[in-house]
Amino acid sequence: MSDRLIIQSVTKFFGSAGNPVRAVDDLSLSVRENEFFTLLGPSGCGKTTLLRLIAGLESCDQGQILLDGVDIAALPANERPVNTVFQSYALFPHMTVADNIGFGMRMQGKDKKDIEKATAESLDLMRMQGFGERYPSELSGGQQQRVALARALVNQPKILLLDESLSALDYKLRKDMQIELKRLQRETEITFIFVTHDQEEALSMSDRIAVMERGRIGQLGTPQEIYHRPVSRYVADFIGICNFVEASSLGLSETGTIGFRPEDATLLIREGQQPETPGPIIQGRLDALTYHGAVTYYKVTLDSGESVTVADHEKLPVNVDDRVRVALLPDMLIRCAA
Amino acid sequence: MKRPQSGITLLIPFLLVMTVFFMAPLCIALGYSFMAAEPMGGVRPEFSLAGYQRFFYSIETDGSLTWDTRYLQIIYSSTKLAVISTFICILIGFPMAWFMATRPAKQRDFWMIVVTIPFWTNLLIRTYAWILILRRDGVINTALDKTGIVDAPLELLYTPFAIGLGLVYSYLPFMILPIYSSLERMDWRLIEAAQDLYATRLRILWHVVLPACMPGLLGGIILVFIPTVGSFLAADLLGGGKQMMLGNLIENQFDKGRNWPFGAAISVIMTAVVMVGLLLIARRGQGLKGVVG
Repeated sequence: MSDRLIIQSVTKFFGSAGNPVRAVDDLSLSVRENEFFTLLGPSGCGKTTLLRLIAGLESCDQGQILLDGVDIAALPANERPVNTVFQSYALFPHMTVADNIGFGMRMQGKDKKDIEKATAESLDLMRMQGFGERYPSELSGGQQQRVALARALVNQPKILLLDESLSALDYKLRKDMQIELKRLQRETEITFIFVTHDQEEALSMSDRIAVMERGRIGQLGTPQEIYHRPVSRYVADFIGICNFVEASSLGLSETGTIGFRPEDATLLIREGQQPETPGPIIQGRLDALTYHGAVTYYKVTLDSGESVTVADHEKLPVNVDDRVRVALLPDMLIRCAA
Repeated sequence: MKRPQSGITLLIPFLLVMTVFFMAPLCIALGYSFMAAEPMGGVRPEFSLAGYQRFFYSIETDGSLTWDTRYLQIIYSSTKLAVISTFICILIGFPMAWFMATRPAKQRDFWMIVVTIPFWTNLLIRTYAWILILRRDGVINTALDKTGIVDAPLELLYTPFAIGLGLVYSYLPFMILPIYSSLERMDWRLIEAAQDLYATRLRILWHVVLPACMPGLLGGIILVFIPTVGSFLAADLLGGGKQMMLGNLIENQFDKGRNWPFGAAISVIMTAVVMVGLLLIARRGQGLKGVVG
């Protein structure tokens, strides 16, 4: 697969001239054709600014943005073949759903018949048949979301940009829309760049993820790489739960900090009980347990004073303050920079 | 969210004022328009269509009636002047409202005060001030003469231009403020969405901004058009009474003309014209369903 979008040393300053803040700091990355690419990070990490730079809603102070090899950094938003699904949807309140969807094509001066046909098709694609004559205010949040998607996708952009597009929906609807987005991306074969602060969402949907940290990329890789081989404590902490203990607490000869995921450890509750896979075992006392249905989290205070969390699918017959041992999977230990 | 219910008692002061000072005079005017005139002013309480007859016909010496469009022409020229003034108010007011709405929140209050400064002085005084500016030896002509741009002083005062200028000047704030209040509430992200969807600046203005501020624009049009169509101050002072406007015509009938039923009839006709205009605007407003809810 070739690169659809190449971002080269892009920098964007915000704030006053005397006190500039680098929202995006000398950032480079490339996004492939037909890829579901996610920009992940906490608020203020520059992910939305980067998206707006690609859309043309902000202008870069330095660097190049190459779309199919052509530098589009100087083009205004309305001349870039990319479309955005906004966080607030930003549907035009005075236009019907059909007029909203057809807006982009009308502005491009497309043929009226083509617009009608494409609008009908995209209503089909969104499973919104029969909603064309309604106004946005008459739709639910999930329906507005679909219209916003249709309005962007109908233009067949080279890249679809999604800005925290699911965050306004409730949990169940969000799960449905995640599956829906994946389906749309497969069917339309359009490159998606998705911005989110929700690591679970990023892991479940993306082909590749760029974890952003203060205007730079902390790590770029597949969800598996990011989850199992985080390059820094920042990335490991941001993606899911990660325990960190001193190597000496594990009885290892190396120095530094060792990380492990809650599900990569087993709680041993009986005297003399052996783990299925031999590995480091640490002693401690059960501090708390929280039942989450499919999984139960056990918070253990180690004898070294450090605190770790272990996940198990079963609710084990163990009580708070019991002496327990934590067995780690040796292959799953995370060694990364602080 | 459910709004708290309040009692109808809150309406009473408003209804009282409207009944005593608006509905009652309107009914009296309507009644007077169908009565006969007393020679020295006032009305004789008997049914007569003379007021309306006089508006459309002139009475020949032999007592026969001929169709006369002189008064209709006054309605036409007054309406034309009001439409032009309203239009100019939009052309000046919209960019100003846009400018205000795009300032940082703190600066907006300052501009609000600037726009309302003219209200600090009485309208009559402000209109007189224009005479000093526009007359042959006024500020403008003196300046033009001193700089040698013109040889002879320009005839600015007592022209339709002067009346229009006075009207635009007096009613401009009533156009700026409602448009500003619409723009201030507008969702600016819609503009970004339109930009993203290939719209040029002009098309964003036409397809997104104008519909969004239509309630304010309509409000401004109503607030400017109605007073200008009936105003007599600007026509009296700046037009020098040369150009008869509806307001002057009505004023005359109650004053020098001593024909109250005729004056009342013109008032009723003018009210009807304005109401037709408002109905047209209201029907146009039906297309705003999506905006207001």
